[in-house]
Amino acid sequence: MEIKETAVAGTLESSDIQIMISKAATGIQIDLQSDVEKQFGDQIRKVITTTLNNLDVTAAKVKAVDKGALDCVIKARTIAAVQRASQTTDQPAWEVL
Amino acid sequence: MKNSVNRDLPEDVMKDLNYKPFETTEIGHPEIQRVAPKVHVSTGDDKVVTSIKQVIKDTLKDGMTISFHHHFRNGDFVFNTVMREIIDAGYKDLTLAPSSLTGVMNDMVIEAIKAGTITNITSSGMRGSLGDFVSHGGLKNPVIFRSHGNRARAIEHGDIKIDVAFLGVPNADALGNANGMEGDAVFGSLGYALMDAQYADKVVLLTDNIVSYPNTPASIKQTQVDYVVKVDKVGDPDKIGSGATRFTKDPKELKIASTVNDVIVNSPYFKDGFSFQTGSGGAALAVTRYLRQAMIDNKIKASFALGGITKPTTDLLKEGLVDKVMDVQDFDKGAADSMHTNANQQEIDASWYADPDNKGAMVDQLDVVILSALEIDTKFNVNVMSGSDGVIRGAIGGHQDAATAKLTIISAPLVRGRIATVVPDVTTVVTPGDSVDVLVTEYGIAINPKRKDLQEALGNLPGVPVYKIEDLQRLAEQKVGKPKPLEFTDRTVAMIEYRDGSIIDTVKEVKD
Repeated sequence: MEIKETAVAGTLESSDIQIMISKAATGIQIDLQSDVEKQFGDQIRKVITTTLNNLDVTAAKVKAVDKGALDCVIKARTIAAVQRASQTTDQPAWEVL
Repeated sequence: MKNSVNRDLPEDVMKDLNYKPFETTEIGHPEIQRVAPKVHVSTGDDKVVTSIKQVIKDTLKDGMTISFHHHFRNGDFVFNTVMREIIDAGYKDLTLAPSSLTGVMNDMVIEAIKAGTITNITSSGMRGSLGDFVSHGGLKNPVIFRSHGNRARAIEHGDIKIDVAFLGVPNADALGNANGMEGDAVFGSLGYALMDAQYADKVVLLTDNIVSYPNTPASIKQTQVDYVVKVDKVGDPDKIGSGATRFTKDPKELKIASTVNDVIVNSPYFKDGFSFQTGSGGAALAVTRYLRQAMIDNKIKASFALGGITKPTTDLLKEGLVDKVMDVQDFDKGAADSMHTNANQQEIDASWYADPDNKGAMVDQLDVVILSALEIDTKFNVNVMSGSDGVIRGAIGGHQDAATAKLTIISAPLVRGRIATVVPDVTTVVTPGDSVDVLVTEYGIAINPKRKDLQEALGNLPGVPVYKIEDLQRLAEQKVGKPKPLEFTDRTVAMIEYRDGSIIDTVKEVKD
């Protein structure tokens, strides 16, 4: 999926993660702020990266502000942000859910 | 060197500070020699002074130990006023030995450490920027953390020798008779400060309210006091405690509270004349509300409620459901006011409350206690000191002391956000699993396998699933995943004493 515009999904509430995705020339860069960086930072980055790969996103800038979200939440917010950023919200990517 | 809760203790630090490793929760019957303070004899006619600067000059020398109480909590003006003068006067190498440190003191303590004014600290706990500073190696010597009962023990034993105690009070007469109940900045019980008043060589009261002599009731007595310093304001009444008690609406906390109540009511201890202690957290307050109904329904009254007191507890006293409230500190205005008006609410000092080296402390008579946890492990060991990132952000308080109750209940959610509360091994052992009986979470309870009697009494309660604690730990891990282990350096930044003065664990400098 191609990132066409900047889009956000998620909130800054406890147990949520806010994901902002914007255009990038090449590759995936993740800028993560997390309350649980020490224990789960690598895992959060891995979930975001895997989810982007599954959506065939190869170039994107991701800014993630995590408030202790579980993996399922991170995945859901990432998918929502990508679909908004790629203007494909009318065609949910069911297969990656 | 390992202690009996399997914690590796640094041999060099243990030897330097002359510590023994923790062995057992049993105190036994040793003979103890208590110390006594120096008395500078006077008729007391010239105690009132206006210059704290002069008092400091007359009493304090480099290398001494100074103390404060934390009854004003985040409304405290006294600590910062006094410390400002001490830092500015250029004192060095002081030991800071307050009953605890609250957030409003953090910046001043950090400044004093950086200036070399404070080089040693002993406290019940620390939080926020100060905990962060110490956990990152900001203080050269390890902080010594002691429970409220253990602080009393250490003072009586001479392990903490207070040279000058600076004690803020909302009222005092010219001779130093004072209490915590009248004035602008009232906080109720002076429980922790009474130790300092009794054992410090020099006792300096600071008050914004000098009243006519003799001032009664006198919690601190003129026989103990060297100076009465008049200051503008000792504290901000709005920040001392919450005004009105808020009952939680959080369904998770309510579920935990109602389960705690089920555990208490179905335990062998729930009978006429039982005693209990609850904390001040949301779930603990809700427990008091459930317990009230259960006491009415079963026509049961409690003989006493103990510890840090909140309004829901003093309401039970007013209703006649509790005979006596034994009060070492008050967490809200309602509880503080009640101490003033209800003769059955007795102020107790920290020694009477919880000192193990005693001819009997109140906690030794306690049936049921509800305590919280940052973490609890599969050995039932509890951490209330270090956060999920390994940084100091808590206080022992009366945790170790009250956990000696006949039924010790830890109430805690299974997970907080992405952090598991029930873990394979706690980051820091504060209260040993030996003194913990039941863990209550929103999913169900776990009973310490040592307590066969409780397994039997609580094994088949409707709506209260019983798990092995290992199963609760696995359930938590399934939800949040397996965290990467925290990284620490070899440097010891804090020693955690058990209530008998042995070392139950240490805190290491965090690596980042």
